[in-house]
Amino acid sequence: MAKKESTFINMVVTLFVVTLVASTALAYVYELTKEPIEAAKLAKKLLAIDAVVPEYDNQIIDDMFKVAVGDGVDSLEFYPAKKGDELVGTAVRSFTNTGYNGLVVLMVGILPDGTIRDIQVVEHKETPGLGTKMADPKFKDQFKAMDPEQVDIRVVKDGGDIDAITAATISSRAFSLATQLAVDTYKKGGTQ
Amino acid sequence: MSQWKNFTKGFVKENPVFVLLLGLCPTLGVTSTAINGMAMGLATLFVLLMSNIVVSLVKNYIPEKVRIPSFIVVIATFVTVVDLVMAGYAPAVHEELGLFIPLIVVNCIVLGRAEAFASRKSFVSSMVDGLGMGLGFTFALTLLGAVREILGSLSIFGFKFLEGDGILVFILPPGAFIALGYLIAIMNKYKKA
Repeated sequence: MAKKESTFINMVVTLFVVTLVASTALAYVYELTKEPIEAAKLAKKLLAIDAVVPEYDNQIIDDMFKVAVGDGVDSLEFYPAKKGDELVGTAVRSFTNTGYNGLVVLMVGILPDGTIRDIQVVEHKETPGLGTKMADPKFKDQFKAMDPEQVDIRVVKDGGDIDAITAATISSRAFSLATQLAVDTYKKGGTQ
Repeated sequence: MSQWKNFTKGFVKENPVFVLLLGLCPTLGVTSTAINGMAMGLATLFVLLMSNIVVSLVKNYIPEKVRIPSFIVVIATFVTVVDLVMAGYAPAVHEELGLFIPLIVVNCIVLGRAEAFASRKSFVSSMVDGLGMGLGFTFALTLLGAVREILGSLSIFGFKFLEGDGILVFILPPGAFIALGYLIAIMNKYKKA
């Protein structure tokens, strides 16, 4: 047992010292890890962009612009990939809150002619082993080289053309929704 | 109690998961794969070890009545350190475990060891205890994760050894309870023998 007696003064002083030391230590660690965390986030974003658009030579992160979604307040981030002055594709950061555990964020690569080049899953909280399969080629490749005008981007169960992942219909549905959102928003304002 | 016994009790005799049944939230939540289980175990090991060390060092200066709040602040500090460091240097793992890292703060095994052990024993004993308990926790989580991954995804540490889907229920939360139940039964049998 602690041998120290508890008086009002020493309790206050002890708690003050403990929290002071703790917060100082945390501030220090925060400063230390701030840069690696930022770098890791940016690297992840770039990796996703690189995977979904053709080769480009512009500063794609700096060229980002936002397009509002419908009448809501939300907007999607558009990353235009340019080679020289020519637009070769656009990476659209799309998202939906309808995943099995909420937020699903995708990076959808759209070519200038409106077809989808490829899709990367950027962020999600889906069930490991089930919903996480939406990042597997077996499901994702259905969207490769897809012309959104020709295909109904909904899972088969909802009357669309997308084969859902076994036991992960909700995740597949969220994936389809986010893709459709990217396509719609792109049509509206992505070609500027 | 010799230090060796003190160290090994965390594995079998007083294993935090299989015997004490402490810290079940992360145990059941993150062990859908062996890798996740191991990462969670190691994160907890670090927090357990550091908080045990600090608590055993300051125990004589903390007034009796505010010891629990003080211990929790110490634990929360180390958990935040783990969280930040993981986000910076192992973003992939951090993404998988994200939600459960802050929950280490309320993992009863950490406060339990600080209160029941480190606040009474010497610095060296506390360190050994933290290490042993942490490794026992890591061992249990990895084992549980491996069992669930093998049965549920037909893979181990991410390597798929059979095509197909496996028994899906083991990936889902109920599978965690089932697998844990059987592992505890096997442990009990082994302990008696």
